[in-house]
Amino acid sequence: MKKKLGVYICACGGNISDYVDIERVREAVKDEDCVIMAKTTMFACGDSNQKDMEADIKENNLSGIVVASCSPKLHLTTFRGVSERAGLNKYNYVHANIREQASWAHSDNKPGATEKAIHLVKAAIAKARLAESLEPIVIESKRAVAVIGAGVAGLKAAISLARMNDDVYLIERDSKIGGKLNELETISPENISGKELLERLQKEIASEERITLITNAEVVASRGNIGDFKLTVRISGPQGNTEKEIHAGSVLVSTGFNSYTPAEGEFGFATVPNVITLPEFRKLMGGQKKAAEGGSGKLVYNGKEINSIAYIYCVGSRQVKGDNKYCSRYCCTAAVQASLDVRAIAPEIENFHFHKGIRTYGKQELIYKESNSKGDVYIQFMDKKPPVVSAAEGGISVKALDVLTEKRESEVIADLVVLVTGMVPDSDTSIGTLFKLPKGRDNFYNEIHMKLRPVETVIDGITIAGTCQGPKNVMESVNSSLSAAAKSHSFVSKGELELEPIIAYVNADTCNWCDACSKACPFNAVAMVETAGGQKASINKSTCKGCGMCLPVCPSDSIELISFTNRDMEDMIDVLAL
Amino acid sequence: MSNRSAKILVFSTEKISDPAIDMAGLLKLHYPPQVYTIAVPCSSGIKPRWILRAYEKGFDGVFIAADGSDCMYGESCTEKTGALVEKTHELMREKNIEPARLRMAAICSVCSESFVKQVKSFNEYLLKTDK
Repeated sequence: MKKKLGVYICACGGNISDYVDIERVREAVKDEDCVIMAKTTMFACGDSNQKDMEADIKENNLSGIVVASCSPKLHLTTFRGVSERAGLNKYNYVHANIREQASWAHSDNKPGATEKAIHLVKAAIAKARLAESLEPIVIESKRAVAVIGAGVAGLKAAISLARMNDDVYLIERDSKIGGKLNELETISPENISGKELLERLQKEIASEERITLITNAEVVASRGNIGDFKLTVRISGPQGNTEKEIHAGSVLVSTGFNSYTPAEGEFGFATVPNVITLPEFRKLMGGQKKAAEGGSGKLVYNGKEINSIAYIYCVGSRQVKGDNKYCSRYCCTAAVQASLDVRAIAPEIENFHFHKGIRTYGKQELIYKESNSKGDVYIQFMDKKPPVVSAAEGGISVKALDVLTEKRESEVIADLVVLVTGMVPDSDTSIGTLFKLPKGRDNFYNEIHMKLRPVETVIDGITIAGTCQGPKNVMESVNSSLSAAAKSHSFVSKGELELEPIIAYVNADTCNWCDACSKACPFNAVAMVETAGGQKASINKSTCKGCGMCLPVCPSDSIELISFTNRDMEDMIDVLAL
Repeated sequence: MSNRSAKILVFSTEKISDPAIDMAGLLKLHYPPQVYTIAVPCSSGIKPRWILRAYEKGFDGVFIAADGSDCMYGESCTEKTGALVEKTHELMREKNIEPARLRMAAICSVCSESFVKQVKSFNEYLLKTDK
């Protein structure tokens, strides 16, 4: 029976329609064979459009749909869901990627992008004409998750997974867990120390029997896929290195960040005495008694009593000339908190904050208010005119053009300059290289979509959490880790996963058993069977993985792959070549 | 580079090279719009007849964005993809099609820049040879 196809062309709110003339695409495909309706839509993935599609399928008795929108990595499951809800087998839906592979890739050539989109949609229609109803293949999924990195994100993810009854391998390269929590003095706005939070998490980790903590350990090899990742973990110990293989259905990566190290001479770093970074400043304050608790009421650095401190914000972040264009999100709060902490140690200290606009968002605004009320001075400089730091008599000179005083130059002679450094990706990139995790423009690991699939990577079964994904404060890291834990749990919780029912099949009429397909198959899925017509190849449906390695080696071209048959492929090639 | 563009068919792989091609778009790394992609599960499953069909129907070049050593189906992918390219080259010679019109390179899931570089260079080659 002839197919009845519906075609939906998405504008993606301008992401597509700004470069691709979607109305022209609709006109070009509406009369294609089997197409009975073609529509444009502002957001194909929107709830209202999904409901319209369901209604269209039911009312028009559609036997297939084509959605031309973003990458199928993003919305394949969305539109398969639409099909199923409307009573249409989900494998009768075909996707055309006209965003990543047309509008964005050719945003420099709008007519070219439109022409390409027309061809891609027509190719998808050609495939949809041949699509068949199929049932997914079900495989076993190990009820275990490997969490790589035991900083705050990894710890919270491990606890969350264990409480959902998943076995957890928590792998940490250092000898102790906690990552940067070990260095944090006060976490705003909760006002607890990193040490206190870590102690609490350590207790929770110790009480969860399902968590296997492996420290001094690195993942050095990975085989397998979603459902069964086989990781080789190298553990260093006093007797040398040992290796252990662990099996996990999903991997959660939470490898953290590094603090930005300024270049020599950047705001006087390493060239002017008493210019230090925020992490160094926190270290300096660490262990000092507060004045109210019997401390000396003084802060000394390099043998000099510190009476005034200048903080320079956005060092290594929001760079006008450098590569780090992003905001590191946590550092404004961390610097303001540090300035409050130092006042608690040495109440007479004067704080001068040179900033580009303070970003203590949300509840963190309270500490900014407190800092102001205590008399800290805030001087806002312009992006293109950063402060100038130089050695001066009696201290360090910091000069800046103040936005609020009509760009008049303000100068502060400080005893100590603190460079408020941001976050950069972890310098150890071995995990990213091992799993081939994509990175964004900021060089942090990239999620599939920041809003729709915020913790998944394009590698099936691998999720990301915390600051390995981008700058975050502790609260945001914890939130992302709980989200990643929930997603990894969803991959392993049922004990089985649905895979694409894409397997090979043999045309027994033309097959003359020759063994080539059997030799090519890495999964031993092809065997010889005796039939009335002689010896033939036979595919084992439960072991065939659908790679297609048996296809090109068959001398009589007797093997096809479901959804990638000669007709599927050649129809698409014919359309694209027009 | 000329604004003219050769017509190139890319065979990408769903899990490895197609994400890299998507990311090239995300990063607005432009390449000629007459580069069309068909995704398959694994590069070692591409039939020579599909490649020949592309030339027959008017494609100037075919580029296989291969899985390389990252293939989820096994290490033999590289060798098998190489074998099918070799076999196709022979068939191309028989049909008087210049073998250089079929290229292959391993494109991993993050090799967006490499992909763009490869297809741009291939496009320039095809335009130069006026195929």
